[in-house]
Amino acid sequence: MAEKRTYEVIFIIHPDAEDAEVMRLTEAVQKIITDQGGSITKTEMMGKRQLAYEISHKRAGIYVLLEVDGSGKEIAELERRMRVNDRIIRYMTVRVDEDRRRAEKLKGRRARKAERRPTAGKAKAEKAASDEGEAEAAA
Amino acid sequence: MSTNFDERDSAYGFEREYERAGMPGRGPRRMQRRKICRFCIDKVDYIDFKDVKLLQSYTPERGKILPRRISGVCATHQRMLAEAIKRARNIALLPYAAD
Repeated sequence: MAEKRTYEVIFIIHPDAEDAEVMRLTEAVQKIITDQGGSITKTEMMGKRQLAYEISHKRAGIYVLLEVDGSGKEIAELERRMRVNDRIIRYMTVRVDEDRRRAEKLKGRRARKAERRPTAGKAKAEKAASDEGEAEAAA
Repeated sequence: MSTNFDERDSAYGFEREYERAGMPGRGPRRMQRRKICRFCIDKVDYIDFKDVKLLQSYTPERGKILPRRISGVCATHQRMLAEAIKRARNIALLPYAAD
């Protein structure tokens, strides 16, 4: 079943890398994906930023974000390559198509709900608030 | 003191609360203590792990995830939030533990 999936690939390049090297690595990554039959829908250079914690003794890194359409095969290949590349210090792939579909669904559901009972959520919230207040008073 | 008055009663929640708020010794800030999910108000459907500013407001100094009993976030959005925070941690946008 060749279903189309959407992924967000984010990876961190060594902080000492020059702009040229960042470009080269990014292009290499893009090539791996296109070679495997995937397509890149978005490339975002997030630039150099402080890491929240040390990764192999580095406190900063250059973030690159890609959005990829594909089957999942190219992601497997890409991760394999990134794992062995020591200029890429961290990578993460998140599948986003399902979450986006879910967001759409929630949007639709909310629209329908608003039509049906415009004040449905309100009474509930007030109940929660008064329960909270009682607990406070008891303490 | 009933903490479990049911849906039928809760329709009158507002009036009841209003009455009590006027009673002495009940605390003057009662009406403001209501906590409502911020994400529901803003109609957020997806919480992005790259939105560091937003996620930081739900991770106090220590870097832990703020429990929803404190923040008032609804269960659905707390789940999304937790997922986003964990993703952000993985990619070093947020700390696992800060001291």
